[in-house]
Amino acid sequence: MKQYTIPALLALLLAVLVFVSMTGAMNVYWQSVLMFMGINIILSSSLNIINGNMGEFSCGHAGFMAVGAYVSSVLSVLLFAEGSVFGEALLPPHLAVFLFPFILVAGGVAASLVGLLVAVPSFRTRGDYLAIITIAAAYIVKSTIENINAIGGARGFMGMSKVTAAMNTTADLPWMIIWVFLGTVFSVWLIRRFIFSTLGNGVNAVCQDEIAAEIMSVNTNQVKMTAFMVSCGLAGIAGALFAHVLGYVNPGSFTILKSTEVMVMVYLGGMGSLSGSVLSAILITLLMEALRPLQIIKWIVIPLLLVLLMQFRPEGIMGNRELSDIFPGLKKFYRLKG
Amino acid sequence: MALLEVKDMTQYFGGLCAVTDFSVTFTGGELMGLIGPNGAGKTTVFNLISGFYQPSCGDIVFKGKNTRGLKPHKVTGLGIARTFQNIRLWFDMSVLDNILVSQYYHLGYSLWDCFVRSNRYLRREAEMRAWGMEILEALDLAQFADELPGNLPYGIQRRVEIARALSTKPDLLMLDEPAAGLNSADVEGLIKLIAWIHKEFKLSIWMIEHQMDVVMSLCTWIKVIDFGATIAEGTPKEIRENPVVIKAYLGDDAI
Repeated sequence: MKQYTIPALLALLLAVLVFVSMTGAMNVYWQSVLMFMGINIILSSSLNIINGNMGEFSCGHAGFMAVGAYVSSVLSVLLFAEGSVFGEALLPPHLAVFLFPFILVAGGVAASLVGLLVAVPSFRTRGDYLAIITIAAAYIVKSTIENINAIGGARGFMGMSKVTAAMNTTADLPWMIIWVFLGTVFSVWLIRRFIFSTLGNGVNAVCQDEIAAEIMSVNTNQVKMTAFMVSCGLAGIAGALFAHVLGYVNPGSFTILKSTEVMVMVYLGGMGSLSGSVLSAILITLLMEALRPLQIIKWIVIPLLLVLLMQFRPEGIMGNRELSDIFPGLKKFYRLKG
Repeated sequence: MALLEVKDMTQYFGGLCAVTDFSVTFTGGELMGLIGPNGAGKTTVFNLISGFYQPSCGDIVFKGKNTRGLKPHKVTGLGIARTFQNIRLWFDMSVLDNILVSQYYHLGYSLWDCFVRSNRYLRREAEMRAWGMEILEALDLAQFADELPGNLPYGIQRRVEIARALSTKPDLLMLDEPAAGLNSADVEGLIKLIAWIHKEFKLSIWMIEHQMDVVMSLCTWIKVIDFGATIAEGTPKEIRENPVVIKAYLGDDAI
C-alpha cells in the first residue's frame, strides 16, 4: 500500500489546486506564482543533471527553454488558433486539450535535439570551455529566433492564450495549472528514474573520474549525450509550459539572466541533489515574490542572501544528499531502485 | 587462437620513443609479470593495450579482433580489464554502485527501459546486482557494499578496485602495481588473493609490480623492459639471474 502514498498525495494536491482556483479561493496572482514555481522546478531539476550530477557547467539552459517554448507555441497556434500568422486553425479547437501533451513533448524533443549542439563538443572539452560553448549555443538559439520574421522576430510571438481558451471549450477547468502540475511531476519522476538507475549512475561516474569511467567500460560519449538530451528536453518542456502560461513569448525572456537564475537554484539546492533542486526552486520562487515590494532593492537583497549562503553553507541546502538520506523514514514510501 | 597477441607495438610521444617493438602473446590462463625501472614504459604498455592510447605502429589483436581504433570502453567490453597505479575509484559512490557502473558495457537495456521500468530493466538491474554482490562476497568485501570507498582503509580500496575490474567479466586482467602503498601484511594477503582470483575466475593476469616478492612468487613468466625496449623475458629464476636485468636496475657499477 505504501508505494501508493505519494501518487495519492499528488492526486489530492492537484484536486485541491484545481478546486481552489475554480472557486476563486486562490486568486490569479497566486495561481501564476504556483505555475512559475512548477516551471522553475522543472528547470532546476533538469539543469541539475548537467551541472550537478555530471559536474559540467552549462550556462545555456534558457536557450533550450526557448526552443521548447517556440516550437510548442508555433505548433499549438498553427493547429488550434486562428491568427494573422498562420491563418485558419488546422484542427477543431475542442481537440486542443487532448493534443496539448503531444505539443509539450514536441517542444521537448526539439529542445533535446538542439541539446546535441552542446553534447557533441562536450565529448572533447570540459569545464570552462564547455561553459563558453553552452553560452554560445544559447545565443545561437536566441539570435536565430530574433531573425525569423515569420514567428515575430524580436517582437515575440503570441496567440497561445487562444489555445488555452480553446481547451476550456472542452471542459471548463484551470487547464494550465493542471498541465504545469502534470509536467512538473512527470519531469521529476523521469529524472528520478534516470538518475537512480545504473544507466544514470554512469553520469556520476563521468563526473567523478572520466578516465576511470571510460576504462571501466562506460561509454562516456553516450552518457554525455544522454544526459544533455534528457536535460535539454525537459528544459524544452518547461519552456513550452512557460509560453502557454504567459500566452506570449519573446526572445528577451530567454537571456543569460534566465540561465543564471536557474543555475542559482541548482547551486542553492546542492549540486547533484534532486530534492535539493526542487526545494530551492520552490524557495527562490517564493523569495522572489516575497521581496517584490522592495522593487529594485530586491536585486541587492537576493544576491546578498546568496553571498551569505555560500559563505556559511557552500554546499547548498542539501549538499549532494537526497531528502531520503536525511529522513530515512521516507524510504518506506518510495523505492529508489525499483 | 591466442587470447591476446601484441606484435611490434611502438609508441612515440613527440620525438620520444616510449615503447619500442613490444610483443607479447597470451594463450589464456597465464600469470605474467611486467617489470622494469621507473619510467621504463610499463604503464604506457597497459595504456596502449587498454585503448587509452593508440599505438604509433604495431598491432594489438584480442580474441582475433584488432583493437586499433576502438575506444577504451569497447576494449574493456571485449574482455580486458585493468586497475590503476593510483586508486581511481568513484569516491562519491558506494562500493556496490562502483561495481554496478563498471558493468555498463553489459547493461543490456536502453534509456526507454529505464524510464518505463520495463521487465528487461528490472531483470538486468537484479542480475547486475546479484553478480556485483557475488564478486564482493568472493573478495570478502560484502560488508562494505554500502560504504563510500573513501571511508575504507587503503588495502581494502585496492581490493575494491580489483573487484571493480573483475565485475566487467574480463578474460585478461591487467593490474598496475597492485601492491603499491600496501604494508607487508596487506601484501601477503594480496599475493594470496591474486593467486586465488587466477585459479577461481580462470583468467589471464598480467601485472606491473615493483615489489619483487609479489612478482617472483606469483608470476610464471616475466618480461623486463627498460627505456621502452624489452631487455629480457623468462621464468622468475632466469630473470633473477639475468645480468642485463641486474644492470638495468642497479647500474654498471654494482656488478
